[in-house]
Amino acid sequence: MQWETVIGLEIHAQLNTNSKIFSSASTRFGADPNSQACVVDLGLPGVLPVLNKEAVNKAIKFGLTVNAHINQRNVFDRKNYFYPDLPKGYQISQLDWPIVGKGEINITVDEDVKIIGITRAHLEEDAGKSVHDMFDNYTAVDLNRAGTPLLEIVSEPDMRSSIEAVTYAKKIHSLVRYIDICDGNMQEGSFRCDANVSIRPMGQEELGIRTELKNINSFKFLEKAINLEVQRQQDILEGGGEVLQETRLYDSVKHETRSMRSKEEANDYRYFPDPDLLPVEISDELLLEIKAQLPELPVEKKARFIKDLGLSDYDADVLTSQKALANYFEITLKDNESNTKLCVNWVMGELSALLNRNQIEIENSPVSAQDLSLLIRRIGDDTISGKIAKDIFKTMWDEKGNVDEIIKTKGLKQVTDTAVIENVVDKIIANNAAQVEQFKSGNEKILGFFVGEAMKATQGKANPRIINKIFRLKLIK
Amino acid sequence: MHDRTIAELTEGLKSKEFSSVEIVQNYLDKINASDLNAFITITTEMAIKQAQVADERIAKGNANILTGIPYAHKDIFCTSGVRTSAGSKMLDNFIAPYDATVSYKFNQAGLVMLGKTNMDEFAMGSSNESSFYGATRNPWNKNKVPGGSSGGSAAAVAARLAPFATGTDTGGSIRQPSSLCGVTGLKPTYGCVSRYGMIAYASSLDQAGPITQTAKDAALVLNVMAGFDEKDSTSAQRDVEDYTQSLNNSIKGLTIGLPKEFFSEGLDNNVASEIMAAVKEFEVLGASVKEISLPNSKYAIPTYYVVAPCECSSNLSRMDGVRFGHRCDKPKDLEDLYLRSRTEGFGEEVKRRIMIGSYALSSGYYDAYYLKAQKTRHLISNDFKKAFKEVDVIMGPVSPTTAFDLGSFKDPVSMYLADIYTLSANLAGLPGMSIPAGFSHNMPVGLQMIGDYWSESKLLNIAHQFQQVTEHHSQIPLKEVV
Repeated sequence: MQWETVIGLEIHAQLNTNSKIFSSASTRFGADPNSQACVVDLGLPGVLPVLNKEAVNKAIKFGLTVNAHINQRNVFDRKNYFYPDLPKGYQISQLDWPIVGKGEINITVDEDVKIIGITRAHLEEDAGKSVHDMFDNYTAVDLNRAGTPLLEIVSEPDMRSSIEAVTYAKKIHSLVRYIDICDGNMQEGSFRCDANVSIRPMGQEELGIRTELKNINSFKFLEKAINLEVQRQQDILEGGGEVLQETRLYDSVKHETRSMRSKEEANDYRYFPDPDLLPVEISDELLLEIKAQLPELPVEKKARFIKDLGLSDYDADVLTSQKALANYFEITLKDNESNTKLCVNWVMGELSALLNRNQIEIENSPVSAQDLSLLIRRIGDDTISGKIAKDIFKTMWDEKGNVDEIIKTKGLKQVTDTAVIENVVDKIIANNAAQVEQFKSGNEKILGFFVGEAMKATQGKANPRIINKIFRLKLIK
Repeated sequence: MHDRTIAELTEGLKSKEFSSVEIVQNYLDKINASDLNAFITITTEMAIKQAQVADERIAKGNANILTGIPYAHKDIFCTSGVRTSAGSKMLDNFIAPYDATVSYKFNQAGLVMLGKTNMDEFAMGSSNESSFYGATRNPWNKNKVPGGSSGGSAAAVAARLAPFATGTDTGGSIRQPSSLCGVTGLKPTYGCVSRYGMIAYASSLDQAGPITQTAKDAALVLNVMAGFDEKDSTSAQRDVEDYTQSLNNSIKGLTIGLPKEFFSEGLDNNVASEIMAAVKEFEVLGASVKEISLPNSKYAIPTYYVVAPCECSSNLSRMDGVRFGHRCDKPKDLEDLYLRSRTEGFGEEVKRRIMIGSYALSSGYYDAYYLKAQKTRHLISNDFKKAFKEVDVIMGPVSPTTAFDLGSFKDPVSMYLADIYTLSANLAGLPGMSIPAGFSHNMPVGLQMIGDYWSESKLLNIAHQFQQVTEHHSQIPLKEVV
């Protein structure tokens, strides 16, 4: 039987506010345990939450970015359950009236554009952390994270493969960083993904029974976990069994998912509106103000790259996939306006290759955008050849250093003196009679051989354009 | 000296008739000699120190009106460094590392805390009998309850163990004990006094206020307590009022509404006649009386006993034995830690309300209980809105009877029914007062006044005018009883 996979994602993005969502304690990561938990975060008797407006603004920013309806009156609810790292015995969240309503974004998979619906996005507070391996027979509780603002972004079950799910997750990841509401650090848990996965016979309208996969902290694991789960469900169904609605934990070490709790064991959270907080009222003015402050979004940037810079759809898509990459690219363009294509090739070619190979984020690139820009300028003004530029780039990568200085100290300046080049060309023509014959009998391609020889003879320093010209002149004569 | 009102004490301090230390020592002696069990904690040393500081401030001339005045603080307000138990075994060992906003404001004003008063556990009760520390006794008759939940506070003021006390009122917890003990109690409009640092019972209903001998004193204290607090999202952003400003205004032309629902069956005849006598007094002062109806007030008890338990079931979840409060001995595992800590730490009434609330909020019942209760709450508010188009103030009894005997209520529901006249004001968020209106069989009877939103000044004015022509509020329980 042909099966169709149906996936919806719940993404928790930690909002990068300075203070917590309901207290004035700092949200900085990595501080000593419980050093960033004030009386409100500790849930002491008598304390009250006060909403951080910055968190509201960031949620609105997200909503506007995905063309979502902003609920100008939204409500905080209490989600009640007991756990030691949940100090109040309830989490303040939003149930019926989330701040962000229906929206959507486009993803591109294999050049097909697909719309993924966003059901909602709501604000809530993060819990603390239970540390099970620090003391024998005791669990330690660190409440530094308790009260950190989260935006939970819930998608429609619109994805049909793990690739689509990962593409969507990456797109959201890119977006939240573009609009600067989340640092996107998956290792530190600032961006977390849960996947709802089900399968159904191809063509069937009704959804199959889903499981929720948790504990996924990288895109790679997201893909693996989904594939694993699809296979597991398929095996069950094809064996005549039934999939149980449950929450499953992904174990990236054992590469397996295992049951965490079934639907029957699920908590009754006894949601009700938090009487300590008034409904949030968002004015039209605030919406307009935030709209005006929104940075250029990836879609807009991509359109501009295509229209104004003449980039291909593919190049524009890659270059706008991350804000930092787009920024880097735009800096290299400076003073290289007539060499856009060269900039694209360098950023997407040499630079990206080295970054990938060394697993370095573009933010931490050893070669700055300014330095690469200068390198490209030196190619453009014929100071160096493209080939030499690649060597210089490697030097810059490994040892740092200024482009012009490297050219100077290593004597890499391009030879543009035609007399010198003519001399070299004459020698090559004299020593390669057979190839000269081929050229004269109409084999234009052999010109490449001559240029190559000339480059070799000048250690790559001669300007290939001039070499080419001189060869033509001399051979046609 | 201890019979004096706050207003009289401030005069004495100003004229150097006595010092704050002298007043405070005097009250402390009286508290120590009392067997009413009105206090859970007596803060003798701290009180003397605060009084010394107050005397220095007075000497240096940088004192506020209430600097050096002692008070008794309901043990529900967090006080940095002093135990805050909320009348529960659960918090018997809890010392807050911070001050409630009310505590902070009192400290800033130079008021002197004598100690923390007894109360029903987590403010759940109308008799003070649910306190882990044993019931407070009514100073008018020690076999009777002082009312609740602010029973310790009301008894302390009635017995003149403190010139005033703080209270909190979720369903009548200031007004009912004030009525039963014959003192003046004010529950302000919801949002008037910050709830920050006040251990929450039912967040949408809780409101703090003063318990005093007179309306004038209540105005003086409210001037310090009230005001917007950025730490409490439900506190109202309003200009600060001087509640003493209109005390002396004439109440000629005042229209008093008497809801027929407040004078129906169940109301003790003697209480009814004392209330009507008080209303007559107002007519003498130039007020007119109109019968009104609050048709939905019959839903007040079921509505309150859904809303309050729902909120408290969640509010009390933080008492889990993990970070503070009672923790059971040698828990086997997490489940055992929660179960035993809470089973041992909470009393019967608290458990009952947590159970009711958890049930009413659970999936499948939410609409039938919580949502329905919110709707009837709205109807109750609308009744008042309509009424205040016709009348300036609503009057009636606070409680259907005078103070009842300790241990006389075996069945919790019949005790709930005694809250019938006070709950509506909390559900609507309106200000309410109880003022001494007479006696029935030597036990005080309180008159309830409910005003429109933010009409505290008006209520205090009406009460003050009444107290100018009556003596009920200055009656003191017989010394041999106290």
